[in-house]
Amino acid sequence: MSKPDKQGVSRRRFLRNTAQTACGAGLMTLVVGLVARSNAATPPATALRPPGALNNDDFPAACVRCGECVRDCPYDTLRLAGFGQEMAPGMPYFIAREVPCEMCEDIPCVAACPTGALNKELTDINDARMGVASLVGQETCLNYLGLRCDVCYRVCPLMGEAITLELHNNERTGKHAMFIPTVHSDKCTGCGKCEKSCVLPEAAIKVLPPRLALGKLGEHYRLGWEEKRKHGEALIKNILDLPDRGYSGPASLPKRNQSGGFKEFRP
Amino acid sequence: MTGGRRHPGAEAAEAFGWFKAHRWLIARRMAQFMFLAVFLTGPLFGLWITKGTLAASKTLSVLPLTDPFIALQSLFAGHIIATTGLIGAAIVLAAYALIGGRVYCAWVCPINLVTDAAYWLREKLAVGKGWQPDRHLRYWLMGGSLLASLITGVVAWEAINPITMLHRGLVFGTMFVGGLSWLLVVAVFLFDVFISRRGWCGHVCPVGAFYGLVGRFGLLRVSAWRRADCDDCMDCFVVCPEPHVITPALRGQGDESPIIASIDCSNCGRCIDVCSKSVYRFSHRFDMVVEPAGSAPGVAEEKRVA
Repeated sequence: MSKPDKQGVSRRRFLRNTAQTACGAGLMTLVVGLVARSNAATPPATALRPPGALNNDDFPAACVRCGECVRDCPYDTLRLAGFGQEMAPGMPYFIAREVPCEMCEDIPCVAACPTGALNKELTDINDARMGVASLVGQETCLNYLGLRCDVCYRVCPLMGEAITLELHNNERTGKHAMFIPTVHSDKCTGCGKCEKSCVLPEAAIKVLPPRLALGKLGEHYRLGWEEKRKHGEALIKNILDLPDRGYSGPASLPKRNQSGGFKEFRP
Repeated sequence: MTGGRRHPGAEAAEAFGWFKAHRWLIARRMAQFMFLAVFLTGPLFGLWITKGTLAASKTLSVLPLTDPFIALQSLFAGHIIATTGLIGAAIVLAAYALIGGRVYCAWVCPINLVTDAAYWLREKLAVGKGWQPDRHLRYWLMGGSLLASLITGVVAWEAINPITMLHRGLVFGTMFVGGLSWLLVVAVFLFDVFISRRGWCGHVCPVGAFYGLVGRFGLLRVSAWRRADCDDCMDCFVVCPEPHVITPALRGQGDESPIIASIDCSNCGRCIDVCSKSVYRFSHRFDMVVEPAGSAPGVAEEKRVA
Protein backbone atom coordinates (compact mmCIF):
# COMPACT_ATOMS: atom_id res chain seq x y z
CA MET A 1 0.00 0.00 0.00
CA SER A 2 1.47 3.34 -0.99
CA LYS A 3 1.77 6.19 1.49
CA PRO A 4 -1.01 8.49 0.23
CA ASP A 5 -3.39 5.51 0.33
CA LYS A 6 -2.52 4.82 3.95
CA GLN A 7 -3.15 8.42 4.84
CA GLY A 8 -6.45 8.25 2.99
CA VAL A 9 -7.50 5.18 4.94
CA SER A 10 -6.52 6.62 8.29
CA ARG A 11 -8.19 9.89 7.46
CA ARG A 12 -11.32 8.03 6.47
CA ARG A 13 -11.21 6.02 9.67
CA PHE A 14 -10.65 9.14 11.73
CA LEU A 15 -13.58 10.85 10.08
CA ARG A 16 -15.76 7.79 10.53
CA ASN A 17 -14.86 7.41 14.21
CA THR A 18 -15.38 11.08 14.86
CA ALA A 19 -18.73 11.04 13.08
CA GLN A 20 -19.81 7.96 15.04
CA THR A 21 -18.81 9.50 18.36
CA ALA A 22 -20.42 12.81 17.50
CA CYS A 23 -23.66 11.10 16.51
CA GLY A 24 -23.64 8.96 19.66
CA ALA A 25 -22.98 12.00 21.81
CA GLY A 26 -25.65 13.90 19.88
CA LEU A 27 -28.22 11.21 20.60
CA MET A 28 -27.28 11.12 24.27
CA THR A 29 -27.48 14.91 24.38
CA LEU A 30 -30.96 14.71 22.92
CA VAL A 31 -31.99 12.20 25.59
CA VAL A 32 -30.42 14.33 28.33
CA GLY A 33 -32.21 17.40 27.00
CA LEU A 34 -35.56 15.66 26.76
CA VAL A 35 -35.27 14.17 30.24
CA ALA A 36 -34.15 17.52 31.64
CA ARG A 37 -37.02 19.34 30.02
CA SER A 38 -39.73 16.79 30.65
CA ASN A 39 -39.77 17.01 34.40
CA ALA A 40 -38.21 20.32 35.32
CA ALA A 41 -40.44 22.95 33.77
CA THR A 42 -43.88 21.82 34.88
CA PRO A 43 -44.02 20.41 38.39
CA PRO A 44 -47.29 18.78 39.45
CA ALA A 45 -49.95 21.15 40.75
CA THR A 46 -49.71 19.97 44.36
CA ALA A 47 -45.94 20.51 44.52
CA LEU A 48 -45.13 24.05 45.59
CA ARG A 49 -41.75 25.69 45.27
CA PRO A 50 -40.06 27.35 48.28
CA PRO A 51 -40.52 31.06 48.98
CA GLY A 52 -38.67 33.37 46.62
CA ALA A 53 -38.35 30.71 43.90
CA LEU A 54 -37.82 32.16 40.46
CA ASN A 55 -40.64 31.53 38.03
CA ASN A 56 -41.04 28.21 36.25
CA ASP A 57 -39.04 29.29 33.22
CA ASP A 58 -36.01 30.52 35.17
CA PHE A 59 -35.97 28.22 38.19
CA PRO A 60 -34.63 25.07 36.45
CA ALA A 61 -31.71 27.08 35.04
CA ALA A 62 -30.76 28.35 38.47
CA CYS A 63 -31.46 25.44 40.79
CA VAL A 64 -28.45 23.11 41.00
CA ARG A 65 -30.42 20.67 43.18
CA CYS A 66 -28.03 20.86 46.12
CA GLY A 67 -30.72 20.67 48.80
CA GLU A 68 -29.28 23.35 51.07
CA CYS A 69 -32.70 25.02 51.34
CA VAL A 70 -34.16 21.71 52.44
CA ARG A 71 -31.49 21.31 55.09
CA ASP A 72 -32.09 24.75 56.55
CA CYS A 73 -35.89 24.46 56.65
CA PRO A 74 -36.57 24.27 60.41
CA TYR A 75 -39.97 22.61 60.01
CA ASP A 76 -39.03 19.94 57.47
CA THR A 77 -41.53 21.49 55.13
CA LEU A 78 -39.23 21.39 52.14
CA ARG A 79 -38.09 18.13 50.66
CA LEU A 80 -36.12 16.99 47.65
CA ALA A 81 -37.67 15.01 44.87
CA GLY A 82 -36.15 11.61 44.28
CA PHE A 83 -35.27 10.27 40.85
CA GLY A 84 -38.26 8.84 39.02
CA GLN A 85 -40.80 10.80 41.05
CA GLU A 86 -43.10 13.28 39.38
CA MET A 87 -40.85 16.21 40.15
CA ALA A 88 -37.47 16.92 38.62
CA PRO A 89 -35.10 14.93 40.82
CA GLY A 90 -33.28 16.97 43.42
CA MET A 91 -35.44 20.06 43.19
CA PRO A 92 -37.04 21.36 46.38
CA TYR A 93 -40.81 21.38 46.86
CA PHE A 94 -43.43 21.04 49.53
CA ILE A 95 -46.91 19.58 49.73
CA ALA A 96 -49.13 22.05 51.58
CA ARG A 97 -51.64 19.43 52.73
CA GLU A 98 -48.84 17.51 54.45
CA VAL A 99 -46.50 20.16 55.85
CA PRO A 100 -47.27 23.78 55.00
CA CYS A 101 -44.75 26.62 55.06
CA GLU A 102 -44.47 28.26 58.46
CA MET A 103 -43.35 31.55 56.92
CA CYS A 104 -40.21 32.06 59.05
CA GLU A 105 -39.40 35.74 59.32
CA ASP A 106 -35.70 35.20 58.54
CA ILE A 107 -36.54 32.96 55.54
CA PRO A 108 -33.67 30.49 56.14
CA CYS A 109 -34.30 28.57 52.91
CA VAL A 110 -33.70 31.66 50.81
CA ALA A 111 -30.64 32.54 52.88
CA ALA A 112 -29.26 29.03 52.27
CA CYS A 113 -29.63 29.07 48.49
CA PRO A 114 -26.16 29.48 46.95
CA THR A 115 -27.28 30.10 43.38
CA GLY A 116 -30.08 32.64 43.59
CA ALA A 117 -32.73 30.14 42.47
CA LEU A 118 -34.46 31.38 45.61
CA ASN A 119 -34.28 35.09 45.16
CA LYS A 120 -32.46 37.00 47.94
CA GLU A 121 -34.53 40.05 47.11
CA LEU A 122 -37.33 38.43 49.08
CA THR A 123 -36.75 39.90 52.54
CA ASP A 124 -40.31 40.04 53.86
CA ILE A 125 -41.91 36.60 53.91
CA ASN A 126 -45.31 38.26 53.43
CA ASP A 127 -44.17 39.11 49.90
CA ALA A 128 -43.63 35.43 49.07
CA ARG A 129 -45.80 33.99 46.31
CA MET A 130 -45.38 30.23 46.58
CA GLY A 131 -48.85 29.75 45.19
CA VAL A 132 -52.35 31.09 45.59
CA ALA A 133 -55.00 29.47 47.74
CA SER A 134 -58.07 28.59 45.70
CA LEU A 135 -61.41 27.51 47.08
CA VAL A 136 -62.00 24.85 44.50
CA GLY A 137 -64.45 22.71 46.50
CA GLN A 138 -67.44 25.02 46.24
CA GLU A 139 -69.84 22.11 46.60
CA THR A 140 -68.14 20.69 49.68
CA CYS A 141 -66.81 23.70 51.60
CA LEU A 142 -68.80 23.86 54.82
CA ASN A 143 -69.13 27.62 54.64
CA TYR A 144 -70.60 27.28 51.16
CA LEU A 145 -73.11 24.85 52.66
CA GLY A 146 -74.14 27.59 55.04
CA LEU A 147 -72.19 26.46 58.13
CA ARG A 148 -69.66 28.47 60.07
CA CYS A 149 -66.46 26.44 59.74
CA ASP A 150 -64.13 29.38 59.04
CA VAL A 151 -61.02 27.28 59.79
CA CYS A 152 -59.11 28.39 56.69
CA TYR A 153 -59.86 31.98 57.53
CA ARG A 154 -58.70 31.61 61.12
CA VAL A 155 -55.43 29.76 60.46
CA CYS A 156 -54.34 32.17 57.75
CA PRO A 157 -51.19 34.01 58.92
CA LEU A 158 -52.65 37.07 57.21
CA MET A 159 -56.13 36.64 58.64
CA GLY A 160 -58.58 39.11 57.24
CA GLU A 161 -56.18 40.11 54.49
CA ALA A 162 -55.29 37.05 52.42
CA ILE A 163 -58.58 35.37 53.23
CA THR A 164 -61.69 37.34 54.13
CA LEU A 165 -65.18 36.11 54.85
CA GLU A 166 -67.60 37.72 52.42
CA LEU A 167 -71.27 37.83 53.28
CA HIS A 168 -73.67 36.42 50.75
CA ASN A 169 -77.35 35.61 50.90
CA ASN A 170 -78.15 31.99 51.45
CA GLU A 171 -80.63 31.62 48.67
CA ARG A 172 -81.54 28.10 49.72
CA THR A 173 -83.02 29.14 53.03
CA GLY A 174 -83.85 32.62 51.90
CA LYS A 175 -83.09 34.12 55.30
CA HIS A 176 -79.53 33.16 56.34
CA ALA A 177 -76.13 34.46 55.48
CA MET A 178 -73.22 32.52 54.03
CA PHE A 179 -69.69 33.52 54.99
CA ILE A 180 -67.69 32.71 51.88
CA PRO A 181 -63.92 32.42 52.41
CA THR A 182 -62.47 34.64 49.72
CA VAL A 183 -58.79 34.65 48.79
CA HIS A 184 -57.04 37.83 47.78
CA SER A 185 -54.14 36.98 45.53
CA ASP A 186 -52.37 40.27 46.23
CA LYS A 187 -51.91 39.15 49.85
CA CYS A 188 -51.89 35.34 49.75
CA THR A 189 -48.32 33.95 50.11
CA GLY A 190 -49.31 30.39 49.27
CA CYS A 191 -48.04 29.05 52.59
CA GLY A 192 -50.71 26.37 52.54
CA LYS A 193 -51.88 26.63 56.16
CA CYS A 194 -55.49 26.82 54.94
CA GLU A 195 -55.14 23.70 52.82
CA LYS A 196 -53.44 21.86 55.66
CA SER A 197 -56.19 22.80 58.11
CA CYS A 198 -59.26 22.27 55.95
CA VAL A 199 -61.44 19.92 57.98
CA LEU A 200 -62.74 17.95 55.00
CA PRO A 201 -61.21 14.57 54.14
CA GLU A 202 -60.04 16.19 50.90
CA ALA A 203 -59.30 19.89 51.23
CA ALA A 204 -61.83 22.21 49.63
CA ILE A 205 -59.26 25.01 49.60
CA LYS A 206 -56.03 24.19 47.81
CA VAL A 207 -52.89 26.16 47.15
CA LEU A 208 -52.11 26.03 43.46
CA PRO A 209 -49.17 27.43 41.54
CA PRO A 210 -50.14 31.01 40.57
CA ARG A 211 -50.38 30.08 36.90
CA LEU A 212 -53.06 27.48 37.62
CA ALA A 213 -54.82 29.44 40.33
CA LEU A 214 -55.15 32.80 38.65
CA GLY A 215 -55.50 32.15 34.98
CA LYS A 216 -54.22 34.85 32.70
CA LEU A 217 -55.99 37.74 31.09
CA GLY A 218 -55.21 38.39 27.43
CA GLU A 219 -52.43 40.96 27.26
CA HIS A 220 -54.45 43.26 25.01
CA TYR A 221 -57.21 43.57 27.57
CA ARG A 222 -57.61 46.98 29.20
CA LEU A 223 -59.85 47.48 32.16
CA GLY A 224 -61.71 50.72 31.56
CA TRP A 225 -62.02 51.59 35.21
CA GLU A 226 -58.32 50.96 35.86
CA GLU A 227 -57.29 53.09 32.89
CA LYS A 228 -59.64 55.80 34.09
CA ARG A 229 -58.15 55.66 37.56
CA LYS A 230 -54.58 55.81 36.26
CA HIS A 231 -55.44 58.67 33.94
CA GLY A 232 -57.32 60.56 36.62
CA GLU A 233 -60.34 61.06 34.37
CA ALA A 234 -62.17 59.34 31.55
CA LEU A 235 -59.95 58.78 28.52
CA ILE A 236 -62.68 59.75 26.09
CA LYS A 237 -64.37 63.03 26.68
CA ASN A 238 -67.47 64.71 25.33
CA ILE A 239 -69.40 61.51 24.64
CA LEU A 240 -72.81 62.40 23.34
CA ASP A 241 -75.32 61.44 25.95
CA LEU A 242 -77.99 59.85 23.80
CA PRO A 243 -81.40 59.16 25.30
CA ASP A 244 -81.57 55.74 26.94
CA ARG A 245 -84.04 53.26 25.56
CA GLY A 246 -85.15 50.50 27.82
CA TYR A 247 -87.95 48.99 29.83
CA SER A 248 -90.61 51.52 30.19
CA GLY A 249 -92.95 49.42 32.29
CA PRO A 250 -96.42 48.05 31.59
CA ALA A 251 -99.09 50.51 30.79
CA SER A 252 -100.57 50.06 34.23
CA LEU A 253 -99.19 48.26 37.28
CA PRO A 254 -101.24 45.36 38.66
CA LYS A 255 -103.08 45.89 41.88
CA ARG A 256 -101.03 45.40 45.02
CA ASN A 257 -102.25 42.86 47.51
CA GLN A 258 -102.85 43.60 51.17
CA SER A 259 -99.21 43.44 52.19
CA GLY A 260 -98.29 45.76 49.39
CA GLY A 261 -96.72 43.11 47.08
CA PHE A 262 -97.48 41.95 43.59
CA LYS A 263 -97.79 38.22 44.37
CA GLU A 264 -101.11 37.90 42.59
CA PHE A 265 -99.54 39.34 39.49
CA ARG A 266 -100.15 37.25 36.35
CA PRO A 267 -98.84 38.94 33.26
CA MET B 1 -1.17 -9.03 29.19
CA THR B 2 1.55 -11.15 30.70
CA GLY B 3 1.18 -13.31 33.77
CA GLY B 4 -2.09 -15.00 32.78
CA ARG B 5 -4.80 -14.29 35.38
CA ARG B 6 -2.38 -13.53 38.14
CA HIS B 7 -3.71 -11.03 40.65
CA PRO B 8 -2.03 -7.70 39.89
CA GLY B 9 -0.10 -6.46 42.89
CA ALA B 10 0.50 -9.95 44.26
CA GLU B 11 4.21 -9.53 43.79
CA ALA B 12 4.24 -6.16 45.51
CA ALA B 13 2.26 -7.64 48.40
CA GLU B 14 4.84 -10.38 48.73
CA ALA B 15 7.68 -7.89 48.63
CA PHE B 16 6.28 -5.16 50.90
CA GLY B 17 3.35 -6.74 52.72
CA TRP B 18 -0.36 -6.42 51.98
CA PHE B 19 -0.82 -3.04 53.60
CA LYS B 20 1.92 -1.26 51.68
CA ALA B 21 0.72 -2.81 48.43
CA HIS B 22 -2.73 -1.32 49.05
CA ARG B 23 -1.87 1.89 50.88
CA TRP B 24 -3.11 4.35 48.27
CA LEU B 25 -6.20 2.27 47.60
CA ILE B 26 -6.98 2.31 51.32
CA ALA B 27 -6.29 6.04 51.54
CA ARG B 28 -8.56 6.63 48.56
CA ARG B 29 -11.41 4.55 49.99
CA MET B 30 -11.05 6.44 53.26
CA ALA B 31 -11.21 9.75 51.42
CA GLN B 32 -14.28 8.66 49.48
CA PHE B 33 -16.06 7.57 52.64
CA MET B 34 -14.94 10.70 54.45
CA PHE B 35 -16.43 12.89 51.73
CA LEU B 36 -19.67 10.96 52.17
CA ALA B 37 -19.43 11.00 55.94
CA VAL B 38 -19.19 14.80 56.27
CA PHE B 39 -22.57 15.00 54.54
CA LEU B 40 -24.05 12.13 56.55
CA THR B 41 -23.17 13.00 60.15
CA GLY B 42 -25.82 15.74 60.09
CA PRO B 43 -28.85 13.73 59.00
CA LEU B 44 -27.76 10.64 60.94
CA PHE B 45 -26.43 12.06 64.22
CA GLY B 46 -27.38 15.73 64.16
CA LEU B 47 -23.74 16.75 63.90
CA TRP B 48 -23.69 19.09 60.93
CA ILE B 49 -20.41 19.33 59.09
CA THR B 50 -21.42 19.80 55.48
CA LYS B 51 -24.90 20.67 54.23
CA GLY B 52 -26.06 20.13 50.68
CA THR B 53 -24.74 17.71 48.11
CA LEU B 54 -21.80 17.47 45.73
CA ALA B 55 -23.64 19.91 43.45
CA ALA B 56 -23.27 22.67 46.02
CA SER B 57 -22.61 22.59 49.72
CA LYS B 58 -21.69 24.59 52.75
CA THR B 59 -19.19 23.29 55.27
CA LEU B 60 -19.30 24.39 58.90
CA SER B 61 -21.60 27.25 57.87
CA VAL B 62 -18.72 29.15 56.27
CA LEU B 63 -17.12 27.33 53.35
CA PRO B 64 -19.30 27.31 50.24
CA LEU B 65 -18.44 24.83 47.50
CA THR B 66 -20.12 24.57 44.11
CA ASP B 67 -19.50 22.11 41.31
CA PRO B 68 -18.08 24.39 38.60
CA PHE B 69 -19.39 22.19 35.77
CA ILE B 70 -22.89 22.61 37.16
CA ALA B 71 -22.36 26.35 37.56
CA LEU B 72 -21.25 26.48 33.93
CA GLN B 73 -24.35 24.60 32.79
CA SER B 74 -26.45 27.01 34.82
CA LEU B 75 -24.78 29.87 32.95
CA PHE B 76 -25.54 28.20 29.61
CA ALA B 77 -29.12 27.72 30.76
CA GLY B 78 -29.37 31.47 31.18
CA HIS B 79 -28.74 32.07 34.87
CA ILE B 80 -25.83 33.78 36.54
CA ILE B 81 -25.16 32.01 39.82
CA ALA B 82 -25.38 34.21 42.91
CA THR B 83 -22.24 35.34 44.74
CA THR B 84 -22.10 32.51 47.28
CA GLY B 85 -22.34 29.93 44.53
CA LEU B 86 -19.77 31.72 42.40
CA ILE B 87 -17.30 31.87 45.27
CA GLY B 88 -17.91 28.17 45.86
CA ALA B 89 -17.28 27.37 42.21
CA ALA B 90 -14.12 29.48 42.20
CA ILE B 91 -12.77 27.67 45.27
CA VAL B 92 -13.42 24.26 43.74
CA LEU B 93 -11.96 25.32 40.38
CA ALA B 94 -8.84 26.73 42.02
CA ALA B 95 -8.36 23.65 44.19
CA TYR B 96 -8.62 21.17 41.34
CA ALA B 97 -6.64 23.35 38.96
CA LEU B 98 -3.86 23.54 41.55
CA ILE B 99 -3.89 19.91 42.67
CA GLY B 100 -4.61 18.70 39.20
CA GLY B 101 -5.45 15.47 37.52
CA ARG B 102 -8.89 14.03 37.89
CA VAL B 103 -8.47 13.89 41.67
CA TYR B 104 -12.21 14.39 42.02
CA CYS B 105 -12.86 11.16 40.12
CA ALA B 106 -10.58 8.96 42.18
CA TRP B 107 -10.79 10.52 45.63
CA VAL B 108 -14.21 12.16 45.96
CA CYS B 109 -16.76 10.82 43.49
CA PRO B 110 -19.04 8.16 45.02
CA ILE B 111 -19.64 6.56 41.61
CA ASN B 112 -15.99 5.50 41.63
CA LEU B 113 -16.90 2.95 44.31
CA VAL B 114 -19.56 1.58 41.99
CA THR B 115 -17.41 1.42 38.88
CA ASP B 116 -14.44 -0.03 40.79
CA ALA B 117 -16.76 -2.75 42.10
CA ALA B 118 -18.04 -3.29 38.57
CA TYR B 119 -14.48 -3.60 37.30
CA TRP B 120 -13.67 -6.13 40.00
CA LEU B 121 -16.70 -8.23 39.04
CA ARG B 122 -15.95 -7.90 35.35
CA GLU B 123 -12.46 -9.26 35.89
CA LYS B 124 -13.84 -12.11 38.05
CA LEU B 125 -16.27 -12.98 35.26
CA ALA B 126 -13.53 -12.54 32.66
CA VAL B 127 -15.87 -10.57 30.42
CA GLY B 128 -13.04 -8.96 28.48
CA LYS B 129 -12.72 -5.46 27.18
CA GLY B 130 -16.17 -5.16 25.67
CA TRP B 131 -17.23 -2.10 23.74
CA GLN B 132 -14.67 0.70 24.01
CA PRO B 133 -16.18 3.94 22.78
CA ASP B 134 -14.00 6.70 21.41
CA ARG B 135 -11.96 8.32 24.15
CA HIS B 136 -13.33 11.69 23.09
CA LEU B 137 -16.94 10.70 23.72
CA ARG B 138 -16.87 12.28 27.18
CA TYR B 139 -15.76 15.62 25.75
CA TRP B 140 -18.53 15.48 23.18
CA LEU B 141 -20.96 14.71 25.99
CA MET B 142 -19.56 17.58 28.04
CA GLY B 143 -20.27 19.90 25.14
CA GLY B 144 -23.62 18.18 24.67
CA SER B 145 -24.57 18.85 28.29
CA LEU B 146 -23.79 22.53 27.84
CA LEU B 147 -25.73 22.60 24.57
CA ALA B 148 -28.70 20.82 26.14
CA SER B 149 -28.62 23.36 28.99
CA LEU B 150 -28.55 26.20 26.49
CA ILE B 151 -31.53 24.87 24.56
CA THR B 152 -33.73 23.62 27.39
CA GLY B 153 -32.95 26.27 30.00
CA VAL B 154 -32.39 23.50 32.55
CA VAL B 155 -29.12 22.46 34.22
CA ALA B 156 -29.30 19.49 31.88
CA TRP B 157 -26.76 16.92 33.01
CA GLU B 158 -28.15 17.15 36.53
CA ALA B 159 -31.35 15.58 35.25
CA ILE B 160 -29.53 12.26 34.95
CA ASN B 161 -26.07 12.72 36.53
CA PRO B 162 -25.56 9.44 38.43
CA ILE B 163 -22.96 11.07 40.72
CA THR B 164 -25.27 13.60 42.32
CA MET B 165 -28.22 11.19 42.03
CA LEU B 166 -26.38 8.63 44.13
CA HIS B 167 -25.00 11.23 46.49
CA ARG B 168 -28.37 12.89 46.98
CA GLY B 169 -30.10 9.53 47.28
CA LEU B 170 -27.74 8.58 50.11
CA VAL B 171 -27.43 11.92 51.85
CA PHE B 172 -31.10 12.88 51.70
CA GLY B 173 -32.33 9.32 51.86
CA THR B 174 -34.56 9.81 48.81
CA MET B 175 -33.42 6.47 47.42
CA PHE B 176 -34.77 4.73 50.50
CA VAL B 177 -38.20 6.30 50.32
CA GLY B 178 -39.34 5.59 46.80
CA GLY B 179 -36.70 7.46 44.80
CA LEU B 180 -35.27 5.43 41.97
CA SER B 181 -31.77 6.87 41.86
CA TRP B 182 -30.43 3.40 42.66
CA LEU B 183 -31.72 2.36 39.21
CA LEU B 184 -29.26 4.76 37.59
CA VAL B 185 -26.46 3.47 39.79
CA VAL B 186 -27.33 -0.12 38.88
CA ALA B 187 -27.39 0.91 35.22
CA VAL B 188 -23.89 2.36 35.49
CA PHE B 189 -22.74 -0.79 37.31
CA LEU B 190 -24.19 -3.11 34.67
CA PHE B 191 -22.82 -0.94 31.87
CA ASP B 192 -19.35 -1.29 33.36
CA VAL B 193 -19.69 -5.01 34.05
CA PHE B 194 -21.25 -6.24 30.84
CA ILE B 195 -20.93 -3.60 28.15
CA SER B 196 -17.75 -1.63 28.53
CA ARG B 197 -14.72 -2.19 30.75
CA ARG B 198 -14.03 1.01 32.72
CA GLY B 199 -16.74 2.40 30.46
CA TRP B 200 -18.52 5.01 32.54
CA CYS B 201 -15.61 6.78 34.21
CA GLY B 202 -13.21 6.20 31.36
CA HIS B 203 -15.32 7.06 28.35
CA VAL B 204 -18.73 8.52 29.13
CA CYS B 205 -18.85 10.75 32.20
CA PRO B 206 -18.70 14.44 31.17
CA VAL B 207 -18.00 15.48 34.77
CA GLY B 208 -14.72 13.57 34.65
CA ALA B 209 -13.94 15.13 31.28
CA PHE B 210 -14.47 18.56 32.80
CA TYR B 211 -12.24 17.90 35.80
CA GLY B 212 -9.60 16.47 33.47
CA LEU B 213 -9.51 19.76 31.60
CA VAL B 214 -9.52 21.78 34.83
CA GLY B 215 -6.62 19.80 36.26
CA ARG B 216 -4.60 20.00 33.08
CA PHE B 217 -1.81 22.09 34.61
CA GLY B 218 -2.15 20.88 38.17
CA LEU B 219 0.82 20.10 40.37
CA LEU B 220 0.13 16.64 41.76
CA ARG B 221 1.36 13.98 39.34
CA VAL B 222 2.59 10.42 39.47
CA SER B 223 6.21 10.03 38.44
CA ALA B 224 7.71 6.84 37.03
CA TRP B 225 11.03 7.91 38.50
CA ARG B 226 12.51 4.42 38.84
CA ARG B 227 11.37 3.30 35.43
CA ALA B 228 14.84 1.84 34.80
CA ASP B 229 13.94 -0.94 37.25
CA CYS B 230 10.66 -1.82 35.51
CA ASP B 231 10.54 -5.56 34.77
CA ASP B 232 7.55 -5.29 32.42
CA CYS B 233 5.22 -7.26 34.70
CA MET B 234 2.36 -5.05 33.38
CA ASP B 235 0.60 -4.93 36.76
CA CYS B 236 0.30 -1.15 36.56
CA PHE B 237 -1.30 -1.36 33.13
CA VAL B 238 -3.78 -3.89 34.48
CA VAL B 239 -4.88 -1.85 37.50
CA CYS B 240 -4.81 1.55 35.81
CA PRO B 241 -8.28 2.78 34.86
CA GLU B 242 -6.73 4.79 32.03
CA PRO B 243 -3.74 2.62 31.00
CA HIS B 244 -2.83 4.76 27.99
CA VAL B 245 -1.55 7.47 30.34
CA ILE B 246 1.30 5.30 31.65
CA THR B 247 3.25 4.55 28.49
CA PRO B 248 4.87 7.93 27.76
CA ALA B 249 6.20 8.23 31.32
CA LEU B 250 7.19 4.62 31.90
CA ARG B 251 8.68 3.96 28.46
CA GLY B 252 10.43 7.33 28.24
CA GLN B 253 14.15 7.17 27.59
CA GLY B 254 16.99 9.14 29.18
CA ASP B 255 15.95 12.67 29.98
CA GLU B 256 12.36 12.31 28.84
CA SER B 257 9.94 13.30 31.56
CA PRO B 258 8.95 10.53 33.98
CA ILE B 259 5.77 12.45 34.85
CA ILE B 260 2.40 10.98 33.91
CA ALA B 261 1.11 14.13 32.33
CA SER B 262 -2.08 12.98 30.60
CA ILE B 263 -5.21 14.82 31.70
CA ASP B 264 -6.94 11.44 31.88
CA CYS B 265 -4.88 10.30 34.88
CA SER B 266 -7.04 10.43 38.00
CA ASN B 267 -4.11 10.33 40.46
CA CYS B 268 -5.57 7.24 42.07
CA GLY B 269 -2.12 5.91 42.91
CA ARG B 270 -2.93 2.25 42.24
CA CYS B 271 0.14 1.97 40.03
CA ILE B 272 2.29 3.00 43.01
CA ASP B 273 0.63 0.30 45.13
CA VAL B 274 1.00 -2.63 42.79
CA CYS B 275 4.54 -2.06 41.57
CA SER B 276 6.91 -4.53 43.18
CA LYS B 277 9.86 -2.46 41.90
CA SER B 278 8.65 0.82 43.42
CA VAL B 279 8.82 2.48 40.03
CA TYR B 280 6.18 5.08 40.82
CA ARG B 281 5.71 7.81 43.40
CA PHE B 282 3.48 10.82 43.87
CA SER B 283 5.33 13.94 42.92
CA HIS B 284 4.83 17.30 41.23
CA ARG B 285 4.69 18.04 37.55
CA PHE B 286 8.12 19.71 37.42
CA ASP B 287 9.91 16.78 39.03
CA MET B 288 12.27 15.48 36.36
CA VAL B 289 14.27 13.22 38.69
CA VAL B 290 14.91 9.79 37.16
CA GLU B 291 16.79 7.19 39.18
CA PRO B 292 19.32 4.88 37.57
CA ALA B 293 18.66 1.13 37.43
CA GLY B 294 19.07 -0.81 40.67
CA SER B 295 17.97 1.96 43.03
CA ALA B 296 14.55 0.55 43.93
CA PRO B 297 14.40 -1.12 47.39
CA GLY B 298 12.96 -4.37 46.06
CA VAL B 299 15.60 -4.58 43.37
CA ALA B 300 18.44 -3.77 45.75
CA GLU B 301 17.37 -6.57 48.12
CA GLU B 302 17.19 -9.05 45.27
CA LYS B 303 20.71 -8.10 44.32
CA ARG B 304 21.95 -8.45 47.88
CA VAL B 305 20.39 -11.91 48.14
CA ALA B 306 21.99 -12.87 44.86
